[in-house]
Amino acid sequence: MTDARATNRLDVLRRSTVFLILFAVAIVFSLLSPRFISLSNLSNILLQTSIVALLAIGQTMTMLTAGIDLSVGTVGVFCGAIAAGLATGYGFGVTLGTYPAFLLTMLLGAALGGISGLLIVRGNLPPFVATLSMMAIARGLTLVFTQGRPVAGLPESFIFWGSGTVLGIPVPVIVVVVVTALVYLLLTRTSFGLYIYAVGGNKEMARLSGISVRSVELGAYVISGLTAAIGGLILTGRLASAQPNVGVDLNLDAIAAAVLGGTSLFGGTGSVLRTIVGALIMGTLANGLNLMGVPSYPQLVIKGAVFILAVMLDILTSRKRS
Amino acid sequence: MSDDTIVVEMSDICKSFPGVQALKAVTFGLHKGEIHGLVGENGAGKSTLVKILTGVLSSDSGSISLNGNHVAIESPRQAQQLGISIIHQELSVLPNLTVGQNIYLGREPRKFLPFWIDWKTLYRMADEQLQRLNVRISSRTPVAELSVAQRQMVEVARALSLAAGVIVMDEPTSALTEREIESLFSLMRSLKQQGISIIFISHKLEEIVSIADRVTVLRDGSLVGSAPVGDLTPNQVVTMMVGRELGEMYPKQEVVRQEVVLSVRNLRRGKDLRGVSFELHSGEILGLAGLVGSGRTYVARAIFGADPIEGGEFQLDGHLVRIRSPQEAIALGIGFLPEDRKAQGVLLGLPVSSNIAITRMENVSRWGVIVFRRLKELALEFVAKLSIRTPSISQLVRNLSGGNQQKVVLAKWLALRPRVLILDEPTRGIDVGAKAEIHTLMNQLAKDGVGILMISSDLPEVLGVSDRILVMHEGAIAGEFSRREASPDKIMLCATGGKADCD
Repeated sequence: MTDARATNRLDVLRRSTVFLILFAVAIVFSLLSPRFISLSNLSNILLQTSIVALLAIGQTMTMLTAGIDLSVGTVGVFCGAIAAGLATGYGFGVTLGTYPAFLLTMLLGAALGGISGLLIVRGNLPPFVATLSMMAIARGLTLVFTQGRPVAGLPESFIFWGSGTVLGIPVPVIVVVVVTALVYLLLTRTSFGLYIYAVGGNKEMARLSGISVRSVELGAYVISGLTAAIGGLILTGRLASAQPNVGVDLNLDAIAAAVLGGTSLFGGTGSVLRTIVGALIMGTLANGLNLMGVPSYPQLVIKGAVFILAVMLDILTSRKRS
Repeated sequence: MSDDTIVVEMSDICKSFPGVQALKAVTFGLHKGEIHGLVGENGAGKSTLVKILTGVLSSDSGSISLNGNHVAIESPRQAQQLGISIIHQELSVLPNLTVGQNIYLGREPRKFLPFWIDWKTLYRMADEQLQRLNVRISSRTPVAELSVAQRQMVEVARALSLAAGVIVMDEPTSALTEREIESLFSLMRSLKQQGISIIFISHKLEEIVSIADRVTVLRDGSLVGSAPVGDLTPNQVVTMMVGRELGEMYPKQEVVRQEVVLSVRNLRRGKDLRGVSFELHSGEILGLAGLVGSGRTYVARAIFGADPIEGGEFQLDGHLVRIRSPQEAIALGIGFLPEDRKAQGVLLGLPVSSNIAITRMENVSRWGVIVFRRLKELALEFVAKLSIRTPSISQLVRNLSGGNQQKVVLAKWLALRPRVLILDEPTRGIDVGAKAEIHTLMNQLAKDGVGILMISSDLPEVLGVSDRILVMHEGAIAGEFSRREASPDKIMLCATGGKADCD
């Protein structure tokens, strides 16, 4: 009782940290580079952030159940490659329209997430192991399918989802807003959402309350696979081709975005809205470093360091809580 | 032996947390070789006081002197160096290490090199400490193999190995059986003989009366009084604690026994459950007594489908039913309040409302979408019904007191309107006031026709609340007593395997 206010204050601090960090990063870059604050650049940041944001949304779901999905990046890229194949006729010998291809690949993403989920809830594999394996498998399948080469010649309707605009707003940004809104409602307005928090907060308690812990966890991984697939489709559309060699670093970005957003690695705490802000931090960072002319290799080092800081913050606040 | 030398003197200790004055100029004196009971309701300031003494918190004002010298205790480590050790309510031994490793953790003797541990010496020294306590455990035993009581002994041994002159025991008996408590008490008496002073925090007044030399009562952060135990009756102590006269400790309403609601036949699982059979009537509070480890919790969890069983059957209202998961049990109208509230009962990080409604989501949602108006109605109904003290239903359960958290767990099960309610240690670690409220509520439920199975290690509670008492011993029902014929001796005899008086 006596510590209640201190805990509340800590919660508020934890919730607002991510906004403060974003603010600080933005101020630093606007001082360092005059071009940073321009409208076209800000729109660029949103665009660059969109793919990481989509992957991070699914990541948030699994992390809320005290799990993790290390495969979001490579599953997304694999789904993008399959969609490119289906839409161009490469590899399958049949050419589907863009939208049937999208639908099938989203199902594929959900299924791959489901396989990870089943390995975890039925096979009792730790999430780390199941999804690390899925990460390797998805990357391997991508390379096998594409022979390591880009799949190009995408139809216009496919490219539209990565590079088009509606009323001047980039389509990927609209997709992120829609997916975020849907997942936000799922987490805050439905019993499934409540169960996600319950399972992540205390698995045994959730079980004793009659919640089917397995279905809840499985659901989280299915959604993670689904949002990964959507991210992969947008990525492929943006690059106007399926690139088998991108996506390896996306895992780190997605996990870092979720953790920066205050999603606890220990489960039960987090919000998809703050995850999006976390993704914006990662995007702003990349954009700012690009503007300052920092080459992409050292950028990776900086990202790794940012991730470490984010996790340290999580551990620090989680410890104070208990 | 207790003498007049004052070992610890805490004077005018004040401590406030944001919004709460936790301690208001509290003065506390501990004599050499005495067992000093520290009592008060939850939130009275006991924990804060010992946290200041053991360096976990620092006081806002006031002073502490040790053997007449003024000291500033700034960290738990410094407190240890000054000879003040604490044995926490939640045990802090590592199950994956051995007894000896736990006792000397961080202080391992070395040889040859600064980082080369001298295991032989370590285990010899650890064995000596254990012998001093008359504990017959080898220091090479992994702690995972020990009972809760034995783990506590390991903590005591660690405190002694630190050359502690003052040992604080924060509710050490809450997880122990009667027999284990007895052996803890004889250990405490022998420590006292060795001139060690003990601060003993407990909710159980009988324990204070039987072991302590002196008792200090705190209420709302203030010192109410301190006196030799012989000068006070238990009722006087309770009055000091709650600041009001409590009515009868266990008000019992006689209930007419109705038809059998749940019948359990021949539950079996290895050594845990060796053919347990009994019947629970509607409107009855059936007490399930026995030592910790006798299988009481296994019975509860088996009925609720929380653990698998090897054999046995359940009948609800005379119909054979299958219960293989908590979900199936809940669907049949069975509720289960687990013994470990924080680990199994509540979600600390979720608000009161979600915690209450979580077993009834299908009733407060449509197509899986929560209807917040209904959720709020349900939560408000039970917050009022159980008089849960919370600023609002959106308050996080983490911020409630233990008694109110327990009421939230109860509310969760009552929201189901259960036919059968299983309560495993419903009042453990809860202050006297909340305990009485929970008992009243149980009576009310029984009157409404719910069949209640209550597990409790608190004998006065079992005797005071139950209509009928079953006693378990080594995975089987060893005896059955009606409310009238039950007595503490009969139950203990039965629980320890004595046959004479059982049924």
